[in-house]
Amino acid sequence: MKTVKTILGVLVFALMLTTVSCKDASKEDTTTKTEQAEKKEYASAYVCPMHCEGGGSDAEGKCPKCGMAYVKNENYKKEETHDNDKKEMAMNSNQDGNAEMVLKDYFNLKDALVSDDEAKAKGFGAVLKKSLRNLDVSKYTDEQQTELKEIIEDAVEHAEHISESPMTHQREHFKILSKDVTDMVAITGTSNTLYEQFCPMYDKGSAWLSMSKEVRNPYYGSKMLKCGKVQKEIN
Amino acid sequence: MKIVKNIVLVLLVAFVGIQFIPTKRNQSDTIPVTDFILVNNVPNNIKRKLQVSCYDCHSNNTNYPWYNKTQPVAWFLEDHIKEGKSELNFSEWDSLSNRRKASKLRSIIKQIESNKMPLESYTSIHKDAEFSEEEKSTIIKWITQLKDSL
Repeated sequence: MKTVKTILGVLVFALMLTTVSCKDASKEDTTTKTEQAEKKEYASAYVCPMHCEGGGSDAEGKCPKCGMAYVKNENYKKEETHDNDKKEMAMNSNQDGNAEMVLKDYFNLKDALVSDDEAKAKGFGAVLKKSLRNLDVSKYTDEQQTELKEIIEDAVEHAEHISESPMTHQREHFKILSKDVTDMVAITGTSNTLYEQFCPMYDKGSAWLSMSKEVRNPYYGSKMLKCGKVQKEIN
Repeated sequence: MKIVKNIVLVLLVAFVGIQFIPTKRNQSDTIPVTDFILVNNVPNNIKRKLQVSCYDCHSNNTNYPWYNKTQPVAWFLEDHIKEGKSELNFSEWDSLSNRRKASKLRSIIKQIESNKMPLESYTSIHKDAEFSEEEKSTIIKWITQLKDSL
């Protein structure tokens, strides 16, 4: 009986050990994979079969490090051939660093929430995070810069949470994100007419921005699609 | 039988061995000037609750019971605390802008309201960290006031 108990104890302990190490291992795995994907040695059109440091090129040739002939990279350009959503998302990432791009990504996110699409909202949350980070604040006054930086810092966090949370949580963060974006527009301005809309029911009253006057509620989606009113017209 | 003995021996050695792998403990002797309790006028009952229920994972000072200093539990915990602090660190509270403070307070209210925090895995071991309904409403009321005063 005693040996059985010992064996059992050991097994439980071994299990604990493996769970911990598995957890760590899987984490490391994902980081190395993403790192690999970004590195030239892995991401180029033609890569060294050994993935030597400094290897990889747009054309055929030899690796400068080990002298082996390059092989064609099968993973190359895969990103561009992904489904339309991803393509759309990639095109939307903020290259010029202007507020219009932030708004565009924000509206994409809003539309995803309106249509109750959690996965899409996750994707656009991640895109918005990027365009927020790329927002160029240098052309504003010192005071505005400080405020914009605070807004961005806060908004980035909410966008990040949206990119990794279930829908109910996404909507919670979207509320504060909407306030951040509204405050951003107050400083940066925009060339389009925007409508600040308001739903009195969600979380003691919540606002959001929209390009069209018609109300499409991002906090309830199909449940209460038309709940809300236009609170303010911007521009 | 001999095999079993050997396995037990190997595992025992491994267990003792991993105890020598150092982990970074989340402990500091000083309370930074940016600490939440230091910069806000926190009533005593709420102060105690915050320290017992939140500060272990959301500050620079964790109160470790002995079993949490033992591997592999300590590794698991280290990860956990790191994540907790990246979301919210009461020790660095005052370094946040008012906008971010309001954001964090709102999230704190939401988490407590929906019983997502403190984590169940934590309260199952730390019974005193649990929030009673009364404690919940007291703390939420106070945090709401703090948020509105920002």
